[in-house]
Amino acid sequence: MQDTAASSVDSGLLVGAGVYKSFGALSVLEGVNFTLAANEAVGIVGPNGAGKTTLLNVLAGAYRPTTGTVYFEGSDVTTLDAAERCRIGIARSHQIPRPFGGMTVFENCFVAATTGGNLSGQRAYQCTVDSLEQCQMLHIANRRAETLGLLDRKRLELARALATGPRVLLLDEIGGGLTDEEANHLVETIQIMRSRGLAIVWIEHIVHVLMRVVERLVCMDAGRIIADGKPEAVIADAAVIDAYVGGKAAP
Amino acid sequence: MIWITQLLNGVLLGGYYALLACGLSFMFGVMRIINLAHGDLAILGACVVFFVADATGISPFVALVVALPLMALIGFGLQRWMLERSLRAGLLVPLLTTFGLAIIIENGLFEYFGADSRSLAPYIGDFAFDSWAITGNIYIGSLALLIFVVAVVLLIGLKLFLTHTSLGRAIRATAEDSDTAELVGINARYVYAVAAAIAVASAGLAGVFLAMRETFSPYSGPTQLIFAFEAVVIGGVGSLSGTLVGGIVLGVAQTFGAQINPQGFLIAGHVVFLIVLAGRLAVGAIRTRGGMYGLFARRP
Repeated sequence: MQDTAASSVDSGLLVGAGVYKSFGALSVLEGVNFTLAANEAVGIVGPNGAGKTTLLNVLAGAYRPTTGTVYFEGSDVTTLDAAERCRIGIARSHQIPRPFGGMTVFENCFVAATTGGNLSGQRAYQCTVDSLEQCQMLHIANRRAETLGLLDRKRLELARALATGPRVLLLDEIGGGLTDEEANHLVETIQIMRSRGLAIVWIEHIVHVLMRVVERLVCMDAGRIIADGKPEAVIADAAVIDAYVGGKAAP
Repeated sequence: MIWITQLLNGVLLGGYYALLACGLSFMFGVMRIINLAHGDLAILGACVVFFVADATGISPFVALVVALPLMALIGFGLQRWMLERSLRAGLLVPLLTTFGLAIIIENGLFEYFGADSRSLAPYIGDFAFDSWAITGNIYIGSLALLIFVVAVVLLIGLKLFLTHTSLGRAIRATAEDSDTAELVGINARYVYAVAAAIAVASAGLAGVFLAMRETFSPYSGPTQLIFAFEAVVIGGVGSLSGTLVGGIVLGVAQTFGAQINPQGFLIAGHVVFLIVLAGRLAVGAIRTRGGMYGLFARRP
């Protein structure tokens, strides 16, 4: 066990090793070992309350784990806060989009490029335009973010995360609340990002959407990882079905 | 003709109020802190300049070169080591903290400077009472005009800073949502401290101009706080141009009040403030049902 943990630190781009997180008496994560390889897209599924978002928060730096370590590119980043982790290349999107409403779409991404991406002048401008283009938002770049509909708000979450120049993108239920057609648009955008070598961790309840992007699926339940592997294998796993349906599924 | 002169005087006085109010408005807009020590920080700025000018004999305008960075540093430190901690306990605690700070500043200044009224006017020579005749019988004071111009330049400069620099955009983003700002790599603690530095330095600048125009004492702060607060509420929090309008409305109301009756200066200002406030609350109560947001023109 110790050996695999040590080797995964070396091989993984983003690693959570032995992560426990509790809020007072409530224990949410109970010894999670999670490894994301470079250029990998991993989906996380699991019933409500399984600890998926908490794991994402620990990886992104919003929460500090009670015990356990987070490694990024082989170095310990456990004590870095969210802003610092963003600047070294870990970007995260919110489950409920939170644009800077009083600023334009362009400014939302531009501020991300200048602070998170540490760019300035023409390079920051170009990076902003590129991220907006990838998310198909260039035509509404000058709209105030508070006037956007849900799909565009989700796209803006993506574009803004992208503008920080990340190596890892942590997505929290970005497909939630969208129609199938809208979700398809979003999947296309995420596939493009994927093809450009961005590693992705994606929490999603809409499994068929998730399956089109990820190459590995992790299922969590009650603060632990209960299955990890090829998506088809994981959704057929007895423990996974048990976690979702509760009790033995009919043969 | 006297009314036109008074109107001009009122507008120029409004420039001073706008200068005084912009820091208060800025601090509330960015950090949701209502800084009850704002007036006292202005007086502190005046005292610093007075101290430097008195000790070295240099012009108060030159002394600003020392005083403004010092005030900015004080603002930075206050946010970093005091207000930030109290903000974590909710919105009411900073109100108490700054109230306590106000008392400490007032009594600290009293301890050091005594209760005497002072003025920077003797240190700037003729400039304190120079005036121009625009036409035969309309005069405007040079100092009042300077203050107005500085206020307008500062407000425009601040506006440009917020829209056209990366630090300015970071301040706006943090003002909207500090958690999300962290997610795009913004160091929100630093941004807050910078905003406090700007607010306190602008308060200090306003205090220095106050000291040039009239006399001040260690306990002059709360009166200035009330004027700043009135200008902010009339103009609407978070809007820099609104702050200028609010200052001018207050200034004109006060000079017209003084023209009607020598005792009418303060009353007229307060009456206009209360009318605007009542109007805001009525509109706000209809629009948001809560009514509270109406106080600040737009939802904070």
